[in-house]
Amino acid sequence: MTTDPYRLVVVSAGVSDPSSTRLLADRVAQSVVNAASESGRKTAVTVIDLRELLPELPAALSTQLLGPRFERAVAALGQADAVIASTPVYKAGASGLFTSFFQVLDNDLLIGKPVILAATAGTARHALVVDEEMRALFAYLRALPVPTSLFASTEDWQDDALATRIDRAAHELVLLMASGFARDVREQSWKRYQHSYGSAGGTELDVDTDTDLMRLAAGGSLLGSKDPFDPRES
Amino acid sequence: MQFGIMSVSDITRDPVTGHTPSEAERIDAIVQIAKKTEEVGLDVFAIGEHHNPPFFSSSPTTLLAHIAALTERLVVTTSTTLITTNDPVRLAEEYAMLQHLSKGRMDLMLGRGNTAPVYPWFGQDIRQGLHLALENYNLLHRLWREDVVDWEGKFRTPLQGFTSTPRPLDDVPPFVWHGSIRTPEIAEQAAYYGNGYFANNIFWPKEHYQRLIEYYRKRFEHYGHGTGKQAIVGLGGQAFIAKSSQDAHAQFRPYFNEAPVYGNGPAMEDFEEMTPLSVGSPQEVIDKTLTFREAFGDYQRQLFLMDHAGLPLKTVLEQLDLLGEHVVPVLRKELEAKRDPEAPANPPSHADLVKAKYGDEAPRQPAPNANRGDNVTGGSPYQDSEAEVTAYPTL
Repeated sequence: MTTDPYRLVVVSAGVSDPSSTRLLADRVAQSVVNAASESGRKTAVTVIDLRELLPELPAALSTQLLGPRFERAVAALGQADAVIASTPVYKAGASGLFTSFFQVLDNDLLIGKPVILAATAGTARHALVVDEEMRALFAYLRALPVPTSLFASTEDWQDDALATRIDRAAHELVLLMASGFARDVREQSWKRYQHSYGSAGGTELDVDTDTDLMRLAAGGSLLGSKDPFDPRES
Repeated sequence: MQFGIMSVSDITRDPVTGHTPSEAERIDAIVQIAKKTEEVGLDVFAIGEHHNPPFFSSSPTTLLAHIAALTERLVVTTSTTLITTNDPVRLAEEYAMLQHLSKGRMDLMLGRGNTAPVYPWFGQDIRQGLHLALENYNLLHRLWREDVVDWEGKFRTPLQGFTSTPRPLDDVPPFVWHGSIRTPEIAEQAAYYGNGYFANNIFWPKEHYQRLIEYYRKRFEHYGHGTGKQAIVGLGGQAFIAKSSQDAHAQFRPYFNEAPVYGNGPAMEDFEEMTPLSVGSPQEVIDKTLTFREAFGDYQRQLFLMDHAGLPLKTVLEQLDLLGEHVVPVLRKELEAKRDPEAPANPPSHADLVKAKYGDEAPRQPAPNANRGDNVTGGSPYQDSEAEVTAYPTL
């Protein structure tokens, strides 16, 4: 059994300094480190502070050109055993920086990876953003958010219940990491997900020549093959 | 190694003067640019194909035939010809005609096109763009190689006993490039047929192209056309040249900042660092261009995008002077010195292809049989065609 440390990547979209979003993420990370250590595993934590990626964001959004910081972030997430994703809520939604960052990533970068979703806000009225919006984003990415969502508005910081929820989410994350789910998906069923050439952070470079399109490219014919876009052929 | 210019055919407002050229002005300008391309010692002129404003080049073969008539050495080509929305039968006919009129000084590059609304205008569906590209080329390939084609596919009306006229010049089909930036199937098709592969080399970091070019070379070898090094690779690139780096940046910045292709996103300096764009002195452009060979291996054609983003004609012509006088001669020398002898120096010319097909024999010159009165010549359209069925004597 491997005893390599877990690789935990923290993505924080907080923009102030100090930032409560980053503070929440750090508390969650600490709790994950503690929980992992109780089960005899070390954890290596890498933090991606999205503020630092801001100068590279316009190019990434408009031309898919990833600058060096983005490249490092993608590499870290590609290697991660689990992710903590923490954002402030603005105008009833996860921050634009947070959403933009995950929209730029390849669709298959985070498949099967356990994620703790966390958000901060100035009012408890934003509480459902984590479950109604962030969970959908990570569902699209085929990541595996833990059942316990974390949300901290101003009053939560004085409440022990937040610490309880943090520890619960951390425990769930460690269980999912320990199960090896993400690794097994990569080893056993990775091909069943849609990939494009160079996706998954540039690692998806196998070309399957046993497809209708590849046979067509090599002088074959589509006649007799199913047309996925033709409603008459369903 | 061939060097040339590729134009997208955009009609863009000059952000410095505020002037937007008319279609007539831009079409006159492009002819001058093409003539200048030959004058300054470059080898190739390529034009894109678009079917919507603000672009003028909907009919590339008409333009290229005109340019071929006004030039003597220049190879005319496309960047790209839409293999998705054009009928491959029309492409076979039009480009064979261009080949005759230019006396073989042409080739063409096939692409899918990235403008979604164009597909329905021509009765197609962009979701099937890749299927269309692959199937259409399979047909085009046969139309240029077989006098009489029976064919059935998924998209186009089937053909029975069809002859595409005129037959290619000397019965040798034009050389074809397949352009792609992210699709292994296109690289596969280029490799399968032993055709050229072109990466536009404009937007993305070079790693994206590197992978596909490597794949193309590997498959070219797999299909028995030669070694990977012998595969025919072309690259785009873009440059803005001035005496000094500072001048180049100052002159190009307003155009860069407003050019739609750059998406108003990255700063010019970042774009230079992350993409093949070079803005600078001739030496800087030379140095940057030499890195392409290091990344992709020996290649046979380098096209520069210089006529775009609202740059006025005068500036484009000056750019061509600088490119032809100070950049390309050095690149020719350096790249030739570095070239692996196994790699071809140039893509195949018409003369090379004639030689490859006929050796020292005279090329075939198809002459049709007489019209039978029904406006077709039947299954043996040419005087040297094999007879379709034995003609039994009549009483």
